[in-house]
Amino acid sequence: MIRDKVHARSSVLLMNVTRIRWQHVVGAAVLTVVALAATLILQSEPESPVATLVRWMPFILEGFGLNLVMSFLAMLLATLLGVPLGVAQVSRVYLVRTVAKGVTHLFRNTPWLVVLFTVMYVMPMTVDLGLTRVDISDWAKATLAFALPVMGNISEIVRGAIVSVPTGQWDSAQGLALTRRQTMTHIILPQCVKRSLPSWMNWYALLTLATPMAAILGVREAVGSAQAAMEAGGGRPDFLIPFYLFLLCLFFIYIYPIALLTKALEKKHAAS
Amino acid sequence: MFDAISGFFLDLYEKTGLNFNIFYDEFEYDRVLAGAVTSLELMAWVICLSIVLGVIGASLQHMGSRTLKGLVEAYVQVFRNTPPMVQLLFFYFGLGSITPQVDMGGYNEPLISSFAWAVIGLSVFGAAYNVEIFRSGIESVPRSTLEASESLCLTKWQTNLHIVLPLAIRVSLPSLTANVISLAKTTSLVYVISVPEMTYVLNQIWSDSMNVPEMIFVLFLFYGIVIALIGAVFSLLERKLRIPGFGQ
Amino acid sequence: MQRHEPYGAETASVSADAPIVSIRDVRKFYGSLEVLKGISLDVLKGQVVCIIGPSGSGKSTLIRCINGLSDVQQGSISVAGTEVNDARLDVVALRRKVGIVFQQYNLFPHKTVLENVMLAPRLVLKESRASAEQRAKALIAKVRLTGKEDAYPGELSGGQQQRVAIARSLAMRPEIMLFDEVTAALDPETVKEVLTTIRELAADGMTCILVTHEMGFAREVADHIYFTDGGVIVEHGPPAEVFSNAKDPRTRRFLSQVI
Repeated sequence: MIRDKVHARSSVLLMNVTRIRWQHVVGAAVLTVVALAATLILQSEPESPVATLVRWMPFILEGFGLNLVMSFLAMLLATLLGVPLGVAQVSRVYLVRTVAKGVTHLFRNTPWLVVLFTVMYVMPMTVDLGLTRVDISDWAKATLAFALPVMGNISEIVRGAIVSVPTGQWDSAQGLALTRRQTMTHIILPQCVKRSLPSWMNWYALLTLATPMAAILGVREAVGSAQAAMEAGGGRPDFLIPFYLFLLCLFFIYIYPIALLTKALEKKHAAS
Repeated sequence: MFDAISGFFLDLYEKTGLNFNIFYDEFEYDRVLAGAVTSLELMAWVICLSIVLGVIGASLQHMGSRTLKGLVEAYVQVFRNTPPMVQLLFFYFGLGSITPQVDMGGYNEPLISSFAWAVIGLSVFGAAYNVEIFRSGIESVPRSTLEASESLCLTKWQTNLHIVLPLAIRVSLPSLTANVISLAKTTSLVYVISVPEMTYVLNQIWSDSMNVPEMIFVLFLFYGIVIALIGAVFSLLERKLRIPGFGQ
Repeated sequence: MQRHEPYGAETASVSADAPIVSIRDVRKFYGSLEVLKGISLDVLKGQVVCIIGPSGSGKSTLIRCINGLSDVQQGSISVAGTEVNDARLDVVALRRKVGIVFQQYNLFPHKTVLENVMLAPRLVLKESRASAEQRAKALIAKVRLTGKEDAYPGELSGGQQQRVAIARSLAMRPEIMLFDEVTAALDPETVKEVLTTIRELAADGMTCILVTHEMGFAREVADHIYFTDGGVIVEHGPPAEVFSNAKDPRTRRFLSQVI
């Protein structure tokens, strides 16, 4: 019976792995077809929008690399800041609890773009570290800006997960003479990891989908690069649809498998 | 209103250097007021339209043919898994480049304004989430309740209208509230298609007057208050619709 | 009391009252699993028939087939002159004659007791609000819930909810009432009040078909008992006969376990 269950679960995961592969194959196929079509019309004058797109594709993909780097770093930062903030939200010290709640809600209730403007304009361009002065580049600032709203939401996820652990576990840990800190790190938080994983992944997807906002402030990520490429190619209006469509596809190919995996984990979690 | 506060803020500026010019300079005051109104109008449109589209999408998934279900599912996945900012750019610049222009006597105006594209783009984006929210609400109505309705000879439409819809709305309301709030925040993104809403207007003002921290403070305050109000309206709605002994 | 011999129908057709429900050789499959393996039974107008048997013996499936909630692959089910196992079946016409009450009550949680009872008469029978309300109140009084008209199902006990469910079914003026293990989910204290309601209904002459585990009740109110096991009717007869003098060893074993 138990083995059946395990088997069923693993088959769910397997199914998803195959689905992801299938998506990749289709994505690659679409790109190949686009590339082939483009080479056929590459010589024609004036250059077709698709041909321009293909010519600039490496440049846009390089920009997309920056989107990914920003998403990884921002997620790391958001997790490192958000988990302690979430733990602080259930602190027994009134002041700590209140401040943590205030910070969490502030960043949960403010639009990403407003946080981005704040960090961009309010943070200094250079930081004096005593011996050396460090220039903070725009993309690093943007990364910090994207981390903050996610930090607020991770904080809330962690708080929810901690609260949902049955109080009996706190009692029994106390019965074993564990301190509050030991109980939190050894008993409570490990359980929260599994519970929160789907929400955490969902926030990673939302974060990645927010990274194009960096283009507003001149960061050369995928959207900024695409806009620069359209400009360089002559700024013709017939570029707009293929270029933006390509950007949509680019993000979709990356995010959709993550969304599928998140859903599979959610189902697995609901089943257990 | 303006006359009542302008003295205080002018005084504040002269004494502390905190430049809230939008509260003492009548031109900027009017600009901000217009920006706030645009933001609120945009939110109202987007919230209503995304809910209507969400209900339509979820109904199609509930009752439609296989093809229709597949189409709705594809729509949901595309708009949930691509950046909303690029969606707006695609709508406004991409689709905007092929929509007809109207001759306004001497100059051409696009048939669909940037505000209209903002409403369309954000509603379609928000509705993709609402479809899933309403769908899980519909799925939460137990099969046995539908059987009871069937046994009482209610037609499919009567069952949907009198049983499924009222129950699904109540179950969906908490997730819907969260999405509506998130959508209200996302309206700031129409900055990228130059809709003169609050974020855009304040950005222009701080560029002109170099009072970034003050204006950012106002921006935080504006969204904080609006989000709190929307949250209050929806929790009031939730309380109004609460049925004794159902849920929780 | 007059007892009816189901399989004697062909020879004893002198009786003026033909059965209101007549099931002949009904078979039902879920995939390759046969859950009803050729069931036949008859119910006369005004009779109370109880179907008993171990869990999974197909009792609930059988009762759900009578109002078309489940379909059957073979055989015939005739209900008040309507053939149920027929592609051209007017299912609405059938269900107006047959009320059903479920184990889990299945009340509409967002409607008050009064609204639950009034809903179908208003929407399906197109009654005026005044007459629907008047009749609903009478039915609520009949199931002894006067004063609870404006309560929501979630505020009532299981037994009270089940009585509302009975009133809701009766509001459609059915000729036959089906009860599918209606006391199985109830607290022991509230079982009695529901059984009282059914007993009164039977005394009024309503044709009732019950799937039940309440053997004492079945023995007391039923005109005829059917014992099912493994998708077949093993034994049937008047309660006195089945309960005190069961012929089949399976029946005897089942009864010795439940009584």
